[in-house]
Amino acid sequence: MSSRTIPIRPETQKSAAFEYIATRKDELIGWARKFSLFPYPFVTACCGMEFMSVSSTPYDTDRFGAALPRFTPRQSDLLMVVGTITHKQAPVLLKVWEQMCEPKWVLAFGVCATSGGFYNNYAAVQGIDRILPVDVYVPGCPPRPEMVIDGIMKLQDKIANQQHLIVNDRF
Amino acid sequence: MSAIFERIREALASRAGEVSVAHGVLVLQVAPGAVLEVAGALKEDFRFDLFLDVTAVDWLPREPRFEVVWHFYSTMHKLRVRVKARVAEAEPVVGSLTGLYGSAHFMERECHEMYGIVFSGNADLRPILLYEGFKGHPLRKDYPKEREQPLVPYREGYEMPGGE
Repeated sequence: MSSRTIPIRPETQKSAAFEYIATRKDELIGWARKFSLFPYPFVTACCGMEFMSVSSTPYDTDRFGAALPRFTPRQSDLLMVVGTITHKQAPVLLKVWEQMCEPKWVLAFGVCATSGGFYNNYAAVQGIDRILPVDVYVPGCPPRPEMVIDGIMKLQDKIANQQHLIVNDRF
Repeated sequence: MSAIFERIREALASRAGEVSVAHGVLVLQVAPGAVLEVAGALKEDFRFDLFLDVTAVDWLPREPRFEVVWHFYSTMHKLRVRVKARVAEAEPVVGSLTGLYGSAHFMERECHEMYGIVFSGNADLRPILLYEGFKGHPLRKDYPKEREQPLVPYREGYEMPGGE
C-alpha cells in the first residue's frame, strides 16, 4: 500500500505560515479519519458472533466512530476479516480489498484470519497477510470484545500518526 | 428390530458377504460390483427410502486400500443399514447410486474429490467443495498435511508452497 504512494516534496519554498499548516495537516486529517472508520465486515465464521457482540450495546464500537458497517467495499475504509479464510475464498477477499478506495486499513479479527489458527490443512489460508497487507491483528478464538476494542484503538493510533496524502503533490 | 434384519440377511445372503449388527446398525460387506444390486434391493424390497451418506475410509497400508461406505435409513422401520465395499487404489471404481437416489449426486462428488473414488454412472464428478485445478485428494492419508494450493499469488516475503 505504502509503496504505491508518492512522498510529498514541495518543489518551491512556501511561506512560513504555509509550512506550519502543512506540518500540522497530517495531524488534523488523522484526527478526523481515526474517528470515522467505516468497517466492511467480511464475516465468514463463528467470530461473527463476537463481531455482533462488540458492535452492539454493551461494548459499542460507535464510541470509536467505527460502528456503521457499509456492505459495499466502495463506501468503506476498514476491512474487518472476521473468521477463517479458505483458499477458495481468497480471490473473493482480494477482490473486495481491491475495490476499496484509498485510504484503507485491514484488521484481522480472530486467530484464523491472523494465522490460520488450528486449521493447518489443505483448505485454510495460513493468515490473510499472505494475500493482503494487514494493519492490526487481533488474535483469540474468538477474541474478547475488549481485545477488539484495543485493536481498534491501536488502529486509531496508527491512523493518527500516518501521513495523509489528500490533495496532490503541491499541498 | 432384528426381524427386519433377519429378513434382509436371508434375502441378500447370496449377494452380501459378511453380515453383522454393530451398534444397532446392520452392516453388509459386499463386493464392489454388487453394490447397485444390494442398494436396489434395500430400497425397493425393504423400504430404505433415505440415502444418508456415502464416504470412504483410507486404510493406507492395507490392501485393498479403500473402503467405500454407504448409509441408508428407513423412515418406515426407523432402522439404519451400512453397506461397505473394498476397492483397490489401482482401480477405485464403484457403481453410482444416482439412478436410485437423487441426493447421491452431491455426495458422490464430495467423495470423489476427497478420496478419488470414481462412481461409474455419475456423469458430473466436478469438484463441489474444492476448486477447479486442485491436485490430489486431500483426505487420503498420503496427502501432505501442510501442502497449500493457493488460488491467488502470495505477497512478497511469503513463500509459495509447491502445488505438487
